[in-house]
Amino acid sequence: MQKMITVISNVLRGSATKNGAKAVSEGTRVVVSARTYADFTPQATFDIKKCDVHRLEEGPPVQAVLTREEGLQYYRTMQTVRRMELKADQLYKQKIIRGFCHLYDGQEACAVGIEAGINLTDHLITAYRSHGYTLTRGGTVKEIMAELTGRRGGIAKGKGGSMHMYTKNFYGGNGIVGAQVPLGAGVALACKYQGNNELCVTLYGDGAANQGQIFETYNMASLWKLPCIFICENNKYGMGTSVERASASTDYYKRGDFIPGLRVDGMDLLCVREATKFAADHCRSGKGPIIIELQTYRYHGHSMSDPGVSYRTREEIQEVRSKSDPISMLKDRMLTNNMATVEELKEIDVEVRKEIDDAAQFATTDPEPPLEDLCNHLFYNEPPMEVRGTNPWMKLKSVS
Amino acid sequence: MAAAARFLLRTAGSSKASITNVNSGLHSKFGATLLRASPSCHPLAKTQKRHAAHFTFQPEPVQTKYGPTQKMNLFQSVTSALDNTLASDPTAVIFGEDVAFGGVFRCTVGLRDKYGKDRVFNTPLCEQGIVGFGIGVAVAGATAIAEIQFADYIYPAFDQIVNEAAKYRYRSGNLFDCGNLTIRAPWGCVGHGSLYHSQSPEAFFAHCPGIKVVVPRGPVQAKGLLLSCIADQNPCIFFEPKILYRAAVDQVPVESYQIPLSEAEVLQEGSDVTLVAWGTQVHVIKEVAAMAQEKLGVSCEIIDLQTILPWDSETVCKSVVKTGRLLVSHEAPVTGGFAAEVSSTVQEECFLNLEAPIARVSDDQLLKCRITWSSEAQCRH
Repeated sequence: MQKMITVISNVLRGSATKNGAKAVSEGTRVVVSARTYADFTPQATFDIKKCDVHRLEEGPPVQAVLTREEGLQYYRTMQTVRRMELKADQLYKQKIIRGFCHLYDGQEACAVGIEAGINLTDHLITAYRSHGYTLTRGGTVKEIMAELTGRRGGIAKGKGGSMHMYTKNFYGGNGIVGAQVPLGAGVALACKYQGNNELCVTLYGDGAANQGQIFETYNMASLWKLPCIFICENNKYGMGTSVERASASTDYYKRGDFIPGLRVDGMDLLCVREATKFAADHCRSGKGPIIIELQTYRYHGHSMSDPGVSYRTREEIQEVRSKSDPISMLKDRMLTNNMATVEELKEIDVEVRKEIDDAAQFATTDPEPPLEDLCNHLFYNEPPMEVRGTNPWMKLKSVS
Repeated sequence: MAAAARFLLRTAGSSKASITNVNSGLHSKFGATLLRASPSCHPLAKTQKRHAAHFTFQPEPVQTKYGPTQKMNLFQSVTSALDNTLASDPTAVIFGEDVAFGGVFRCTVGLRDKYGKDRVFNTPLCEQGIVGFGIGVAVAGATAIAEIQFADYIYPAFDQIVNEAAKYRYRSGNLFDCGNLTIRAPWGCVGHGSLYHSQSPEAFFAHCPGIKVVVPRGPVQAKGLLLSCIADQNPCIFFEPKILYRAAVDQVPVESYQIPLSEAEVLQEGSDVTLVAWGTQVHVIKEVAAMAQEKLGVSCEIIDLQTILPWDSETVCKSVVKTGRLLVSHEAPVTGGFAAEVSSTVQEECFLNLEAPIARVSDDQLLKCRITWSSEAQCRH
């Protein structure tokens, strides 16, 4: 009797963690299914870090509302990106994925937060660290993993690889540092010209921020008031060079000079979401471009050949992991506010893991593209064009 | 490689030297063997060959004329050349993306610690800026050695190289020049480098008077040619075959030495056909020549062009006058590739000596794919 009263009082106090602990001993499934929707807090308001602003009178709000459904969805997506990258790391080390591969783990809050702040009909372009965005823009884990292994079922038919992934309204996946930024402004011009109230999110890193074409683009975007959100994902290192050693000004949000800017905590999904919403409103109201600097961190090295510890300490990485991991942050928020149970999140983890394992299985068994596809898509051509092979007698076909 | 052999098959029939050794039965049998080895016909061979390099590097004979030697791979020989330069030339500076900690291919390892961070330093990621900056450094009298991280990334700097560096001397009436500038860049296929890490852009620059373009075939040449580029009073682009950085190991002289620019090297004398290549492809044609000798009794003369611009047409033409046949092979696409220039010049110079059409061995894929094809496609070169 005493025990029952304790349990009831716990529920009334809304102590999710205690309930969770109890639930484990009593069998997860039974308890979860026995709980009703009313047991959870349907939505909660969180205080978030204030953004630094440049040429703006007001920044994004310092409070954000998160509903339970949103929370669970964000959690699942971030966890999927994290697990997918860890699997990619594993497959790379097994030499199943070859070539160049840049992993996104640590930066999940950026991709997921940005997507939460725009519409799927808006446009997005990024550089070579593109796996996360491919997923948030609508690609599937299966397609991404198969692209990494260069198989027929890959999102670019196995021809693009890690850096070159594309899907609707997602223009890649671009291997040359900074080269995607002018393209993004061009996409924004098309949005403006067509008057469809859409915008383009143009992403680049702190390394690319020093490329000349970024500044050419700022000028054009501002001159023509293009609906373009420039987002600098500042993960503190351009390959092996820390931002302080590469940039005369590390205030990346101010480097558009005449373009307004925000500096945002890129490890907090809610901060990213609110800033993106704010920036999207700014663009859609016809005020022209805006720059967001997302302060984030990559757990892996720049690419697979970089262990990532020769220019930063293991302690530094460990500290970020333990203190500001984007997934842990969201998880804590949801648990402490009784928006989800530990078991529920664990169940999501199990499902995600299964999805990743299935995708990896597909990516290792799906056949490679046939040799006849070798020259396809060189040019637009109708009828198929002949392409010279390694000798004048070897004719290959290019079909597009 | 199969393509080269087929060319040999075609030409061998008319060769006096080989006709006695090879009957037509052998011809077809050999051809069939080669065809079977090609991936489209033999799926099993595909997986077996997947990660194998498409050539075997054979070390240079040890030379002692430049003093004591040490075992080095290609990136170490580049480091050694840079080390010699920094030691002997107090104005020399090295800069580029990540060069301070050794560069992505380890070519500058240890140099910052040895010579100081004011002489070996990182730049931001800005290729156009790196080359423009290098021109400025060079024009003011210092020796500038710039690294572009991959030859594939050199295009943002194309304007600076073609319009600024190459024409500086000419347009200033010889008042200014940036002859002290050397641009190094890893070049060529690496097996699974994909679109942006496999290109061989030498032909783009070969169209531009005022610069020199050099590609070494191994550690010994890399050091000697790089030191020549640095010493040369013209801006030079030095392309380093990245697949050879670790795969190629020679006994390389420790001290500074130079291999003259614009001089091709005849690696093997022969009488039936001249094979011309540069960089990694030299090793491929060496194997082709051995195969042709063994299976067809065809005697090949092998020439490593070494300098693409200005190139040594004399050595090549002399050889073709002797052999009457020419095959040029490179990794870059065949259309507008440098083989076209070689072929055209030889055709003009040696028309009456030619016994067969000049063959270019490459392809027009434009892309060096990242998947299985990559090594396979290159195997066929």
